Amino acid sequence: MSRNPNYSLLLTGLGALCLALFAASVLIGPAAIRPGDSLRALSGQGPEMLQLVMRQIRLPRALLALMVGAALGMSGAVMQGFLRNPLAEPGLVGTSASAALGAVLAIQLGLAASFPLALPLAALAGALGSVVLVLLLAGPRGGTMALILAGLAISALAGAATALVLNLSPNPYAASEIIFWMLGSLSDRSMLHVWIAAPFIICGAALLFPTGRGLDALTLGEDAAAASGIDLRQLRLMLVAGTAAMIGGATAVAGTIGFVGLVVPHVLRHAVGARPSRLIAASALGGGAMVLAADIAVRLIAPERDLKLGVLTSIVGAPFFLHLILKTRRLEW
Amino acid sequence: MVTALLRVACLAGGLSLVGAAAEARPERVVSVNLCTDQLALMLAAPRQVISVSYLAQDPLLSVMRERALDIPVNHASAEEVFLLRPDLVLAGATTPPEALRLLRRLGVPVEVFPPETSFQDIRDNLLRMGRALDREARAEAVLAQFDADLAALQDHPADPPSAVLYAANGYVAGDESLAGAMLAAAGYRNLASDFGIRHGGNLPLEELALAQPDLVVVSERNPGHARAEEMLDHPALRHLLERQSREVISDRDWACGTPHVLRAVADLRALRTGEKLPK
Repeated sequence: MSRNPNYSLLLTGLGALCLALFAASVLIGPAAIRPGDSLRALSGQGPEMLQLVMRQIRLPRALLALMVGAALGMSGAVMQGFLRNPLAEPGLVGTSASAALGAVLAIQLGLAASFPLALPLAALAGALGSVVLVLLLAGPRGGTMALILAGLAISALAGAATALVLNLSPNPYAASEIIFWMLGSLSDRSMLHVWIAAPFIICGAALLFPTGRGLDALTLGEDAAAASGIDLRQLRLMLVAGTAAMIGGATAVAGTIGFVGLVVPHVLRHAVGARPSRLIAASALGGGAMVLAADIAVRLIAPERDLKLGVLTSIVGAPFFLHLILKTRRLEW
Repeated sequence: MVTALLRVACLAGGLSLVGAAAEARPERVVSVNLCTDQLALMLAAPRQVISVSYLAQDPLLSVMRERALDIPVNHASAEEVFLLRPDLVLAGATTPPEALRLLRRLGVPVEVFPPETSFQDIRDNLLRMGRALDREARAEAVLAQFDADLAALQDHPADPPSAVLYAANGYVAGDESLAGAMLAAAGYRNLASDFGIRHGGNLPLEELALAQPDLVVVSERNPGHARAEEMLDHPALRHLLERQSREVISDRDWACGTPHVLRAVADLRALRTGEKLPK
């Protein structure tokens, strides 16, 4: 990988954007706290309750936004690179919905209460199942139609099963939580949720980063990639495991947040010269920035309504999706 | 004319509707709402109530569970209720209106009770239930006891401690709600009014934490799991609760506007004054 000054500049810029949004996320909240007091409380000084608010309510929220966004952006970039299809995205191909089903099952069956790792593990299992299914149904050679239709079917099935499980719960609030699992939210999460999701997202990132070289080679076609010494089976394995871990960890704590994995790689693709390996890191930062921004926006637009994150990301993402469909249609038909 | 037609229609269907005389005591009373269940069971004659809602048997929600256990339950669906051949249906404001409209069209008298948001509403609904069941003397007696108990409990401390009822999804009860009236009667200042919440509304956890109320009454957990209740385990809220001498939970005594709310008021008051409650 050559040191391209533009690429370094892009990563630095995205990193700075993430940092700025992270700071804004920590400083903005329903209670008006002076920035100076906030930062002092964050570093463990000042009134005890203020420290608690900063370190147990606002910090986990900002950390989760960054992590979940990075997971979604990165998974989207890798999926698009591997399937060589700009419409692939964890939300659209049903990975997020299946992860949500796994998480809901773990919670309602009581597994999550008996040991905390059951929650992300079950979400990971759900995500894994859907990625394998999509690869089988659409295949690396499968066209856009097959991919989108397979994703639609998997999403619909997982969504219906999630709704069924929640409707059967004895808890009167459970049924209204279908909306959380469909649209995602980061409100009232604690550090516990950070510790639940972090190991999975970090493992996923460790699996997905090294796929860059293989994905670069794959842009020339499977034969060319094989000729240049890329083990396609190993690549596929890493991709499946890495995406499942990332989406599983992210969805288990934040629900499904759609379109981030579609929009972010698309916006950044030209800036990285359409090289999948570079798109991975850039999309991780871009995704983090997008979810941080969306999470700040939901708090500014309707502070006491717990507006769902997916509402905003879909409003931005769905028109993108339509635009991409039109574009690929011109190419395919 | 319409009534006559309806009665003919019902007779033709093989259903003998009692209720020719509107003044007579209803003998087949069906309640479809948790709160009317409990009021009716408190006032009704034996076997006057022939069915209550399934929630009346829920130990977490119902203060009249023991009485309700012997009575068949319903789920407030029009068909199920109509087949019980009731001569009076007791419903709450949250009962699905379609079911009630259908029952009325079929000629079943339906009495809808508004939710209680103050002690006066409890008095009104008690008397109304007494009239509906033709058990006015019993209702007057229960009401007299309620007023005496309330008078014995109420005092107005010079510097009331602050309190808040915090429920799933961060819902807090305002002054113009029954829970708000209960907090006030027990000698607390409702923190919700500091945030401009009058009836009820959502209060972000961080605002609650920074306000540091003297007492946080948390809502009872339901079986199963919901993310809405997960926030009741949030470390910031737990920290607030650890500062109290004990936890207070808004249990079945809080669920409906019945005289049993005074048990909860007595409990709150005992926590404030530090006295022991007689069991």
